[in-house]
Amino acid sequence: MKKTLTALCALAIGGMSLSACGGSEAADDGSITMGFAQVGAESGWRTANTTSIQESAKEAGIELKFSDAQQKQENQIKSIRSYIQQKVDVIAFSPVVETGWDAVLQEAKRAKIPVVLTDRAVDTEDTSLYVTFIGSDFVEEGEKAGQWLVDNADASDVDKDGAVNVVELQGTTGSAPAIDRKKGFEDKISADSKIKITASQTGDFTRDGGKQVMEAFLQSEPKIDVVYAHNDDMGLGAIEAIKAAGKKPGTDIKIITVDAVKDGMTALAAGEINFIVECSPLLGPQLMDVAEKVVAGEEVPERIVTEETTFTPEQAAEVLPDRKY
Amino acid sequence: MPESPGTVKALGARALAHRLFWPLAALGALLVVNLIATPTFFNVRIQDGHLFGSLVDIVRNGAPVLLVAIGMTLVIATRGIDLSVGAVAAIAGAVACVYIVKSPADGAAGTAVVAVTMALAVCVALGLWNGFLVSVVGIQPIIATLVLMVAGRGIAMLVTGGQITTVNNDTFAALASGHLLTLPVAALIALGVFAATQIVVRRTALGLLIESVGINPEASRLAGVRSRTIIWTVYVFAALCAGTAGLIVAANTHSVNANSLGLWIELDAILAVVIGGTSLAGGRFSLTGTLVGAMLIATLTRTIPNIGIPAEANYLFKALVVVIVCLLQSPKARAVLQRRRDRTPTGPSREEAVV
Repeated sequence: MKKTLTALCALAIGGMSLSACGGSEAADDGSITMGFAQVGAESGWRTANTTSIQESAKEAGIELKFSDAQQKQENQIKSIRSYIQQKVDVIAFSPVVETGWDAVLQEAKRAKIPVVLTDRAVDTEDTSLYVTFIGSDFVEEGEKAGQWLVDNADASDVDKDGAVNVVELQGTTGSAPAIDRKKGFEDKISADSKIKITASQTGDFTRDGGKQVMEAFLQSEPKIDVVYAHNDDMGLGAIEAIKAAGKKPGTDIKIITVDAVKDGMTALAAGEINFIVECSPLLGPQLMDVAEKVVAGEEVPERIVTEETTFTPEQAAEVLPDRKY
Repeated sequence: MPESPGTVKALGARALAHRLFWPLAALGALLVVNLIATPTFFNVRIQDGHLFGSLVDIVRNGAPVLLVAIGMTLVIATRGIDLSVGAVAAIAGAVACVYIVKSPADGAAGTAVVAVTMALAVCVALGLWNGFLVSVVGIQPIIATLVLMVAGRGIAMLVTGGQITTVNNDTFAALASGHLLTLPVAALIALGVFAATQIVVRRTALGLLIESVGINPEASRLAGVRSRTIIWTVYVFAALCAGTAGLIVAANTHSVNANSLGLWIELDAILAVVIGGTSLAGGRFSLTGTLVGAMLIATLTRTIPNIGIPAEANYLFKALVVVIVCLLQSPKARAVLQRRRDRTPTGPSREEAVV
């Protein structure tokens, strides 16, 4: 372990001195250079996120230096260090994990390069290490889902027994979206005593997980009215399970999900899902806007929430043809 | 004290001493727990012309782990291990789904057949690679297969372009959710592979040869056994089993997610093999034991949502059950239980039977 660390340090130092010799300094001609360290390309959501950032940088005339960390923190730290060396005007990144960023962010601060976090937050006591965090508010997403259910409680009581029984398919246990989407949803449905969560289990954000858990719920919970899935994929898995049980998804059991990826939107337009809360990856324009403001020395809020909406089946059918992801 | 005839007692003792007694007891106990939580747990009805119920789900969802575990059993019997099965499963799913999506007739049955054949051919190649590293180059199996475990997921990502690829092909979907004579196809495939493997290794000398290679590859070679070919073959077989499992998982959701398909399935499979009484040191193996182990794991997975274990505690619950089964099966625990059973020495100690 120690050896690896030493080797890594040596590599990092080597890299630094090399780039220093190269003297690759960003030209100070008023144009903005942004270094962006992406997590990876693990999902369609992430790919759309990358495309959005690249396209809006081009549109805004911002030079983008892009790196893909392939889900590894050390790769992200390496690319942030190289951005510091290259003296970019602003650094943006989606941290792969929450902790362990203080050292490298200190370096950026000392080099007087502002840092913008996108999509995911970092866990640090020193909030001066970054200027702002652009991303979704997962609690709010849960609240939107819960609010829809409260508003449509009567229609959602499929078996008309006076109680709306919800089963919940949670995301990966301990992940921020899973915790927050659960909390927001629970807060809202507590307003209506008819609605209660009768079973809740993790489906790990995957279709297979969602399907297997839903299969079990269909046997153990006799009166399911609503499925609340923390993402589209688990909802799509649940649809399969409901069909196999001889029921009609969207009609015999109502389904609410979060994300609005293409497959989910297709199912929504087909009426197999009843409501989707969007979790948008298209934060490129907002990011470029913030970058310009930060470089110009303007104040930006500490927390910027991505502009997001919700979809009903009719709205989904409308936007589906030009859905990017 | 009227002593019951010795035969009943002896029979009980023999059952207790059987390798599979504790795994089967654990399986029974889990089923009883489920039955208490959901009184309708054992109910099986006909739904849309096929069997439908919790037990059917367990057998169907257990099919991928069973398939991987069958291949793993033979690899472990040769004193090897294959960590790459999860990645191989992901590659198989990725190749098949991407082929179907790219094909002009993406709903046709023929497309599905070609896709499955292609995916399995790729798996054979991957198995040949693993077997080559282990049997020809002589790299330790855990390291040799670690290469593909890490690289394989990358290959699968490359094939799918990092996207969740969704397919619309009923023939392909039938691999997992289809039914033949009211029985789920996935389970039939897994049980078919199980039966075929059992016949081949037990009705021919192959099983004996695999065991001899596992006990001492060098001595086997000197005795005229082609160790290298046998080792190579079991890795190819393991990759084929893993590929089939990957296709079933992909078909189950009509999609492939290279990140999550078959993730950690190697650990479940190794667990199934070990619970089934096959030693990781190689040599004697039991496919029936593996079958019991795989069903135990599938039942355990189903038990968690069924009895409502909170999401935060489900790994703990799984670990506890596995630890209890392994402890009960351990030679020490069995020796202690044995001693308590027969206070009066009735026969030769059973301890020597446990190697």
